[in-house]
Amino acid sequence: MTTMLASTRADVLRLRRWPAVWVVGAAWLVLMVLFGYVFNYLAYRTGSGSFATDGMAGELLLRSVLPGNVPETITAGTPMFGGALMVVLGAMAASSGYGWGSWKTILTQGPSRTSVVLGSLVSLTLAVATTVLASVLLALGIATSLALVEGADLALPAATDLGRGAGTAFLVLLMWALFGYLLGTLARGPALAVGLGLVWSLVVENLLRGVGSLLSWVDALTTVLPGTAAGSLVGSLGATGGPEGAPGVLDTLSGTQALVTVLAYAVLLPMITVLVVRRRDLA
Amino acid sequence: MSEPVVQTAGLTKRYGPRIAVDEVNLTVRRGEVYGFLGPNGAGKTTTLRMVLGLIRPTSGTVSVLDGAAGSPGVMARVGALVEGPGFMPYLSGRDNLRVLARYRRLAEAEVEDALERVELGERGGDVFRSYSLGMKQRLGVAAALLGDPELIVLDEPTNGLDPAGMAGMRSLVVDLARGGQTVLLSSHLLGEVQEICHRVGVINRGRLLRESTVAELLGTPRLQVRAEPVEEALAVAREFTGDVLVERGELLVALAPEQAPQLVRALVARGLEVHSVRRSDRSLEDVFFEMTAAGAVVRREETVS
Repeated sequence: MTTMLASTRADVLRLRRWPAVWVVGAAWLVLMVLFGYVFNYLAYRTGSGSFATDGMAGELLLRSVLPGNVPETITAGTPMFGGALMVVLGAMAASSGYGWGSWKTILTQGPSRTSVVLGSLVSLTLAVATTVLASVLLALGIATSLALVEGADLALPAATDLGRGAGTAFLVLLMWALFGYLLGTLARGPALAVGLGLVWSLVVENLLRGVGSLLSWVDALTTVLPGTAAGSLVGSLGATGGPEGAPGVLDTLSGTQALVTVLAYAVLLPMITVLVVRRRDLA
Repeated sequence: MSEPVVQTAGLTKRYGPRIAVDEVNLTVRRGEVYGFLGPNGAGKTTTLRMVLGLIRPTSGTVSVLDGAAGSPGVMARVGALVEGPGFMPYLSGRDNLRVLARYRRLAEAEVEDALERVELGERGGDVFRSYSLGMKQRLGVAAALLGDPELIVLDEPTNGLDPAGMAGMRSLVVDLARGGQTVLLSSHLLGEVQEICHRVGVINRGRLLRESTVAELLGTPRLQVRAEPVEEALAVAREFTGDVLVERGELLVALAPEQAPQLVRALVARGLEVHSVRRSDRSLEDVFFEMTAAGAVVRREETVS
């Protein structure tokens, strides 16, 4: 336990000082603000529809940028670009060290490989948690400011709703980060891991869902895929999916089923990662 | 001095049909500087990786500090630099060591000590990516020194260093051994090994050809005598010692330089023509090339003893 704590502290230092980690976190925040607030608010002010807001009434547009809607806003982007960015983060965190030779250095320091990997995964989890916390604070700040400017409803979301929103965002982003970490571990290089991860999360699952409408066994398969689970978990919060809502948000699975699937991935992915690292030759 | 710190038995690593390390049995004793010598691609680094538990042997065993190679209890007492320094390029030298110190649960002060020992104290705040090759190498050595480990494994530690840096590294290694630490050092620089190592293991094409002290490897000092006719000169020399080699028409007589005048007198007294007599300074390099080069076999066939 102490060696795992030591490994976590060491990996936190490694990630905290890594500019690329901050860039990924900042990209998520910028995208969340753009798609959650800037476009909706501009559409509301100018009265013109955009591709994301087409057909939404002004009232709905305004409500979407108020504090009461923060739980939906911070989760809506997680199945799509949030997940993709976390795949990048996880893949980078795992794979860069193989090219630099730093895993080789770290694995001769004393802690067992299991401790080192688990420590690294805990520090990745902390990075995701920090990202979600920053999203909540930023969203609340922007929403409150807009509400003040518009003289609209300042009421904050219920604590339970906010907690569910933040928890959902955290679980979905964490699952994708762990997925990226496993890919990075397998590929031992960031380019392949990031490339494969993005193609999977952004393209392959959507295509499979398309094929699923033709072949029932593919349809059954898609229900256990990470993207379906993530999209359904976000969808269960009330965010709108489909052609008019946020991309990637689904209602394929029930909330409970989606939660169980995401949690299963959050347990399985690290286990596979640990097994791979324990068994491999570091040549 | 005799307690083994590293001991391998039949250590073998195969990559498909290729044997990288073939039945290596080496022993590194406590407190010594052990030189692991071999040309590039001989299997030095692969052997060291197995000693450190980074890769698994195909067969054979490695025992390090009485434990299994790579086990946590053992690795806490081992410091290593294997196949070039591996660090996070975006972190400063100091932060890279701080990360490692956290893994080892060491105080931050140890980081400063390690930086000072490799003379990187002033540049410790610069990012690793901006370091010269020599500085990167020195940081690698600093990492290996963290926490004063009992065994320090250094794979080609002078790679990329300038002559002053190489001299500094040699004196550092000598100091470590003087302080009681055991150093396992791989190198293809023979002069370096001859200068600082107590014992050496010579490896080529995956096989450990010889393991002995430097003095044993160099053999007895010899006098190199060119006298004619060779056959008669050989007979005279053999009156002094049984250990006489003939190489390229020259006698290599296992005699101390002080006995040269007596030998020359004896040769002249028999009416032989003595063209030259000199001390044969056999370097580790000569021995090494004899052992590793294919031509060595041919030369050995001329040996008369």
